[in-house]
Amino acid sequence: MNPIILSIEVFPKNGLAKGEPSPAADHPRGRSLERELGSLRWRNVPRVLVTDLYFLKGPEEALPPDRLESAVKYLFSDPVTQSARLDRMGIQKTAAAGKSWTHRATVLKRPGVMDPVEASAVKGLADLGIEGVSACTAARYYLFGPLLSPAQKEALSTKVLANPVIEEVVWDDEPVQPPFLSAAESQVERSEVPLRVAGDEKLLEISSRGQLSLNLEEMRAIQGHFRSLGREPTDVELETIAQTWSEHCCHKTFTGLIDYVKVSADGAETRERIDNLLRQTIKRATEAVRTTWCLSVFEDNAGVVAFDEAWGISFKVETHNHPSAIEPYGGAGTGIGGVIRDTLGTGLGAKPIVNTDVFCFGPPELPWEEVPPGALHPLRVLRGVVAGVRDYGNRMGIPTASGAIYFNERYAGNPLVYCGSVGLIPRDAVRKEVRPGDRIYVVGGRTGRDGIHGATFSSVELTEESEAISSGAVQIGNAITEKKVLDVLLQARDRRLFRAVTDCGAGGLSSAVGEMGQKTGARVQLEKVPLKYQGLSYTEIWISEAQERMVLAVPREKAAELEALARAEDVECTDIGEFTSTGRLELSYRGAPVSDLDMNFLHQGIPRLPRPAVYREPAPRPEAYPRVASCGEALHRLLAAPNIASKEWVIRQYDHEVQGGSILKSLVGPRRDGPGDAVAFTPLYRSDRAIVIGCGMNPSYGDLDPYRMALSAVDEALRNVAAAGGDPARTAILDNFSWGNTRRPEVLGALVEAARGCHDGAVGFGTPFISGKDSLNNEYKAGGQSLSIPGSLLISSLAIVEDGRRLVSMDLKEPGNTLFLVGETLEELGGSHYFRFGGDGASRGGGGRVPGVVFPRARRILVALHRAIRDGLILSAHDLSEGGLAVAAAEMAFSGVCGCEIHLAHAPAAPGVKRDEALLFSESNTRFLLEVESASVTAVEKVFKGLPAAVVGTTSDAPVLRIFGMSGAKVVEEGLDGLRNSWKSLSRFLAG
Amino acid sequence: MPVRVLVLRTAGTNCDLETLNAFQLAGAEAERLHAGALLSRARRLDEFHILAFPGGFSYGDDLGAGTVLANQLRARLREDLLRFIESGRLVIGICNGFQILVRLGVLPGLEGNDQTVSLVENASGLFEDRWVRLRVETSKSPFLERGEVLEMPVAHKEGRLVVRDRSLLEILRRNGQIACRYAGEGPEDGPEKGTVEGDPGYPANPNGSLEAIAGLINPAGNVFGLMPHPERHLRRLHHPNWTRWADGRARLLESDWRLGDGYRIFERAVKHAKNL
Repeated sequence: MNPIILSIEVFPKNGLAKGEPSPAADHPRGRSLERELGSLRWRNVPRVLVTDLYFLKGPEEALPPDRLESAVKYLFSDPVTQSARLDRMGIQKTAAAGKSWTHRATVLKRPGVMDPVEASAVKGLADLGIEGVSACTAARYYLFGPLLSPAQKEALSTKVLANPVIEEVVWDDEPVQPPFLSAAESQVERSEVPLRVAGDEKLLEISSRGQLSLNLEEMRAIQGHFRSLGREPTDVELETIAQTWSEHCCHKTFTGLIDYVKVSADGAETRERIDNLLRQTIKRATEAVRTTWCLSVFEDNAGVVAFDEAWGISFKVETHNHPSAIEPYGGAGTGIGGVIRDTLGTGLGAKPIVNTDVFCFGPPELPWEEVPPGALHPLRVLRGVVAGVRDYGNRMGIPTASGAIYFNERYAGNPLVYCGSVGLIPRDAVRKEVRPGDRIYVVGGRTGRDGIHGATFSSVELTEESEAISSGAVQIGNAITEKKVLDVLLQARDRRLFRAVTDCGAGGLSSAVGEMGQKTGARVQLEKVPLKYQGLSYTEIWISEAQERMVLAVPREKAAELEALARAEDVECTDIGEFTSTGRLELSYRGAPVSDLDMNFLHQGIPRLPRPAVYREPAPRPEAYPRVASCGEALHRLLAAPNIASKEWVIRQYDHEVQGGSILKSLVGPRRDGPGDAVAFTPLYRSDRAIVIGCGMNPSYGDLDPYRMALSAVDEALRNVAAAGGDPARTAILDNFSWGNTRRPEVLGALVEAARGCHDGAVGFGTPFISGKDSLNNEYKAGGQSLSIPGSLLISSLAIVEDGRRLVSMDLKEPGNTLFLVGETLEELGGSHYFRFGGDGASRGGGGRVPGVVFPRARRILVALHRAIRDGLILSAHDLSEGGLAVAAAEMAFSGVCGCEIHLAHAPAAPGVKRDEALLFSESNTRFLLEVESASVTAVEKVFKGLPAAVVGTTSDAPVLRIFGMSGAKVVEEGLDGLRNSWKSLSRFLAG
Repeated sequence: MPVRVLVLRTAGTNCDLETLNAFQLAGAEAERLHAGALLSRARRLDEFHILAFPGGFSYGDDLGAGTVLANQLRARLREDLLRFIESGRLVIGICNGFQILVRLGVLPGLEGNDQTVSLVENASGLFEDRWVRLRVETSKSPFLERGEVLEMPVAHKEGRLVVRDRSLLEILRRNGQIACRYAGEGPEDGPEKGTVEGDPGYPANPNGSLEAIAGLINPAGNVFGLMPHPERHLRRLHHPNWTRWADGRARLLESDWRLGDGYRIFERAVKHAKNL
């Protein structure tokens, strides 16, 4: 039984597309590589040839040559487009492709990194009768034309060809070692941590050396607990507590004590102690709103609202910021994979029906010298994140729709990746319950050393060394494993084969079992957990964040049926222990007890120390307008500003129509390129009832006024779904805070203000929060400097509408119609896009107030708009957001390929608004531009009676946007093609 | 007797439910089945009149789009499948299903079902979801009617059709095996669209397919594969522009189901299968 290693090289055949000489240029993969090489700005751009490479390992007698030949032809290569060569280990010095290549760079996965190809290849080989392959891995090598300098090789290795976190590059004739792990010994002995006698310094050292991210008070509490027990904690007990008490898992800032000082602009101070900010703001708002249609809020993996008599809709949004900073592709992929598991783990399991995504990056064209040391270039982060979400979501067969991208220099070290998942769940499956005696099953992927310490890692700041220290925290997902879990889980749900389910996310089994067994107790035999490879310690098994695993509580009598179902779907499903009635978390490994923790201490024992927070209201500053040649010029600049510009390049890469329920797309209009306000889906094939999804966010308001930023985000999220026809009385929202380092009082103070804005917004609109999440400590430390993100609050919105056939899109429909402007414009340009991007050259505006929201008027506007749309009075509706009226009108016009004319003198405006620029570009909330047939004008006026709404213009034949100022003079006259062209500049840039 | 349809799924299949829905709308008795059920001989192909390979990422498309499932079917179900096809029953492969049929060689079904064409990475290098317009080029398939123009979305990364050599293209043309081509923009979207000749270029031809070929049939016409997704255009509301159409906006329609272009493909197949 002598194992041998075989290599299979797969070359592209030339001439499939005409045109030599560069074989790279024949193939999109080579072309995109050449484009990346171009971005390095070398004088000599090398020619490249990419070759796929596979390594197989197995006993020689199990690898018969004739069958291998079939495998090479049918499995590893495409006989029409590729040629392949099978060899004993070792690639030939000169590749078959030619002699003009001077260098070879072989890229291999690092040992232990998930390789999805392995499972599929082993399966395919077994189908061909080759059963004995023990390992398989995919790699690739690149051949380069000209001579490369060592510096160039280094740049290629780290910046272009591979991500050092998960891959290694072997140059030229250095020996290539496939990343097959050799079996290592596991840790069997129980190991204790001497905590009882440790002084403060020692306690902190234990925390930091173990990457536990526990502070001194917490370490002391643990010490006290074990002193009272008269024994030392084991390593796995300490790890379990660290996972459970991490910011990521228990949100100790948001639910803790805060000593809050607010200093008003005139210097007056108010002091108060806030006990549980989350409860005082977000949750309190939901209680105050009192709806009848919320089925589950803040108690499960996602919030659930009623859809119809039989079905509910769940919604959850998560962040996956730190992993995405280090390994954008894997980080974003596991971000979307993780939130999908939240949906699967809601109630007895919801079916994921829509993904949402919102990203914040550094500017795409940030000069290299301004990229923080140790950080990846924002463009690389963007491409990686988009690809990660794309590949995971598309493979899962879930439409990814609804999203946004914001750019700001302060995200350059710490990007934000929000991933959302909407699910469909039978109303009788919303509740779950663990009973003592239920078996604990782990279903899905195997456990490996991936993602150790993800929960604790994401609870601290990123530094320039994060990449090296925390690479173990990065996981690589395998969407197909998760799809298989989904297929099994939903069938098992409908057959009631389990009583409770949750996902393995941050903290792995430790969090999942610890949470499920919180009220009962749990006993787990860690050696039963299926492993990807040997050599994991029992602690690693317990806290690994390996992806695609769910934990079920299975009644004994259903276990056999569940196992049979999983077998039929080729999914691993393993009994690892049972839920008890002891109130203890008991772990054993190969017979030895390694943990016996009191659940009560684990979940309630965290010390609650008050944290200082301060908010100093800035003194009001008058608006300072930027210098710009004309309003038309400013409009072009705004449309081209990355936050506003078209994201078509991203949107089209997502399968946004799979599952066959998409009825309002992200891109609308006859050319299918207009920026729809919201997306809509019919989740059931036999019903026209629909869900409408939108979001709101404006990070640039936060520095000026976090309270108003939150109000504005709520307003925008609700505007988006209302503009499409969503019912505001059936709209729910979610909050996701990504904040800086809350150990700094002023950062925490801003968080308090924003949370209060959320409360007042939700109550004002009568809209409940149903779920939320916070990600704190988003800060990047490098070279002695720390770069904190702006306080970033994402509000996601979900509306139910009775009849999807009554929705509207934002593209203008035809000439000769009337334009209504609804909502009042104030001079509210603080933090506006006009101030940031509207000016010539470096000219920026400043000062001014952030837009507020006027209640109860705002709520009445949304209700009236919904009535008008439902009654068929509205042809198109678009909300006014970034860039104000001018941008909204331009977008409606070029999206509909239909010109229009607007008269600012007729716009409903607050007294004192004198400047055309304010009317054009102010971002005042709760405003809409509507297109109405002339026959419906009176009816629309009636609907909006008593509210600020007025006829401001008409749609026209000429493909031009014309806007007339307060005095009647023309202030904007721009062709639609030119406007569209400016708006598409970002997508053109991204497409290269 | 009801027309029985098998929607075959495996790990990573993800358009099975909407494909099932399409056949059910067309009046068939359709069933989803895991490939394992056929491989274990628990169920048999000849229980069915129509076999559908839906879209998705079978086995993650690891080792190439459709490769692992095609390899599995070739190794373990080849005879049953060929017998099914020879009996004149219908097979449709959509997107990943088309890729599987091409990898299996049953499309275009020449040279003893050896693989002669391939669906490779889009010329853009990107996965793209966008609506396209198809012009039906053949009258030899029960799924299709020559001259029809159909709108539906594509959503794939590997859909660019290439052939082993140019002579094959001539054979496909002569046999009438080129089922449909990507067509350019007509005068108007939706119900009033017209026809347009020639390769329209990107993005109307979204992947750079040779001669803008979007779908193929076998020489007998009973096996049909295409990259676009007919099951995603079964009703008016699926179309990206329904909010622009007078009758789309009108709330009078009792139901807009079965009014999408893609539905016709399923309707014809079920109608034809009634006589099998």
